[in-house]
Amino acid sequence: MIEMKNVSKWYGTFQVLKNCTTRVDKGEVVVVCGPSGSGKSTLIKTVNALEPFQQGEITVEGISVGAPATDLPKLRSRIGMVFQNFELFPHMKVVDNINLAQIKVLNRPADAAREKSMALLKRVGLDAHADKHPGQLSGGQQQRVAIARALAMDPIAMLFDEPTSALDPEMINEVLDVMTELAKEGMTMMVVTHEMGFASRVAHRVVFMDAGEIVEDAKKEDFFGKPRSERAQHFLSKILHH
Amino acid sequence: MDFSFLSLPAFSGGGIYLDWVISGIKWTLLVSSLAWIIAFTVGSVLGVLRTAPVAWLRVPATIYVEIFRNVPVLVQMFIWYFVAPEIVPQVAGDWLKTKMPMPEFWNAVLCLGFYTASRVAEQVRSGIQSMPKGQTNAGLAMGLTLPQTYRYVLLPMAYRIVIPPMTTEFLSIFKNSSIALTIGVLELTAQARQISEYTFRTFEIFTIATIVYALITLTITFSMRWLENKTRVPGYIGGAGK
Amino acid sequence: MFTGFDFEVIQKSLPYLWQGMQFSLGLTLLAMLGGIFLGTLLALMRLSSYKILSYPSGAYVNLVRSIPLILVIFWFYFLIPLAMKKLTGNPYASGIGPFYSALIAFTMFEAAYYCEIIRAGIQSVPRGQVSAAYALGLNYRQATLQIILPQAFRNMIPILLTTSIILFQDTSLVYVVGLTDFMGAAGKIARRDGRLVEMYLFAAIVYLIICYSGSYFVRRLQARYNVGH
Repeated sequence: MIEMKNVSKWYGTFQVLKNCTTRVDKGEVVVVCGPSGSGKSTLIKTVNALEPFQQGEITVEGISVGAPATDLPKLRSRIGMVFQNFELFPHMKVVDNINLAQIKVLNRPADAAREKSMALLKRVGLDAHADKHPGQLSGGQQQRVAIARALAMDPIAMLFDEPTSALDPEMINEVLDVMTELAKEGMTMMVVTHEMGFASRVAHRVVFMDAGEIVEDAKKEDFFGKPRSERAQHFLSKILHH
Repeated sequence: MDFSFLSLPAFSGGGIYLDWVISGIKWTLLVSSLAWIIAFTVGSVLGVLRTAPVAWLRVPATIYVEIFRNVPVLVQMFIWYFVAPEIVPQVAGDWLKTKMPMPEFWNAVLCLGFYTASRVAEQVRSGIQSMPKGQTNAGLAMGLTLPQTYRYVLLPMAYRIVIPPMTTEFLSIFKNSSIALTIGVLELTAQARQISEYTFRTFEIFTIATIVYALITLTITFSMRWLENKTRVPGYIGGAGK
Repeated sequence: MFTGFDFEVIQKSLPYLWQGMQFSLGLTLLAMLGGIFLGTLLALMRLSSYKILSYPSGAYVNLVRSIPLILVIFWFYFLIPLAMKKLTGNPYASGIGPFYSALIAFTMFEAAYYCEIIRAGIQSVPRGQVSAAYALGLNYRQATLQIILPQAFRNMIPILLTTSIILFQDTSLVYVVGLTDFMGAAGKIARRDGRLVEMYLFAAIVYLIICYSGSYFVRRLQARYNVGH
């Protein structure tokens, strides 16, 4: 479904992505991990063109992301994205956050959008908070709303950019639970995260990045069983000893 | 202090001196509010353009802002009033010189409006730029176009954030309206000076003018504070999401 | 459009314009120094826990900030001669001359604006710094002069300079009392020779160059600060 071939990106003369090649198949959960500054957040943002890239090709269901003729808003509306800092819109009520793109992008009638939003809020356990503003919710609750907001577009795939790293430890699980649920239902997911427990339980494949390169791209069992590269071994030993 | 001069018949115009004061207040308010409409609309457009991702929109807006805020208002006032009719094509110049109704008034409005627009633009720009980059990304990732992202995501928060500095700009247009006296608009300060010349009640009439300015300033300040409270986003402290 | 544009009139009047510019720059510089000094006193008063200090200062600052500069100029041109007569006891005492009258008016006006900047600057110094100074046994004067103000001013320099650039633009308003600053000089020649287009555009360009360079310099300074912090 998502295919990346030899993607390279530079900030000025500094190369942040080096010939990255990987794929996410339909129904697959791929976890991208690696030390901070390894380019994993940049990589995931190239998938829906929030970060432009200079070389290589990315296609989503056969549509080229980098081609100038591609209707980016349309492409993006089909891929859900969840951000590290939630990025709910603070001036809108929770339910309006979820309604917005349904109405403005998908042109759903307001009442149909609202119905959908409420159903999704119920699903993430927050229907009682529909009329609050995001600032009145805890971080974990905000991130669950953000997931509901992305799901409201009936996405064909979901991108998660470090969805739990801005959360207090006691809130991490409520978000991971929603994500695990999604994965079980067969959602195609690309997840940048440090949560190795989540990766070992839910992921099908693990992509390990370091210094802008994809160092390892393996089945979950292989990655956790016998990572081939020294860098991945080093990373894992540091993460797991915490 | 003796305020009885206010009920004396005025030197010209048929009324009493109090009528001059009231007329002065009227012109002060008219000049400032019409100029504010120009400043707010032109300034908002320029402020948005200054944050545009493409240079051909950004650069002209930047040049405008730098020119208009780096030339004293008095000089701009004279250029609108004395110079503009001479350097525009002759037909327009003749109209400006002979047919334009109330040229002093309208030139003052245009001058203050376009001058303050440069300052409003800077406030709008800094409001937009104070929003986390993630907010734009979240809007785009949902499939909103960039203009839609400005309309529904960035500007509603940016305008809330800049209410206090906008109040300052509005107050400065209100105070700067006194500069219109240099091209002959009989606003409040001009009337105060004129009355002092005719009645020699300088202390009294300046006191009246000062109190009127202070009262209007207070009224504006309080109504803007009311607006700020009314539009306050529940739970929002700043730095969305954190 | 620019037919008959007469550059010679500008060239001929350069010495006169330069005199005006010296007036503008002198007035700006002195009003800036006086304004910052007075503004600092006002700010310390406003932050004082004694109401007898904070109230008058607050009232003065809020009043001055709510009225136009032109009205303030008129006020001082009216009040200064009166005050001179009272002070000297001489009913025929002449004023102190137009330059000093303007200087007092601008200093008193700008002090209110500088006060608010300096107050914010002082408040931006972490409370812990004050506590640490007192804990070391410094008194109010020492803590303020040695610890608080140096840090506050360091943070405020860019915005104080920006305000001073606006002050420089504002000095053109001495026009309303007929003084010959740069704009006044340009205006007098403009009317004498009937060359309004040339002189006013020339004045605009000169102001633009000076103020733009000034604000460019401030931006550079700010960028350097941001790196340093």
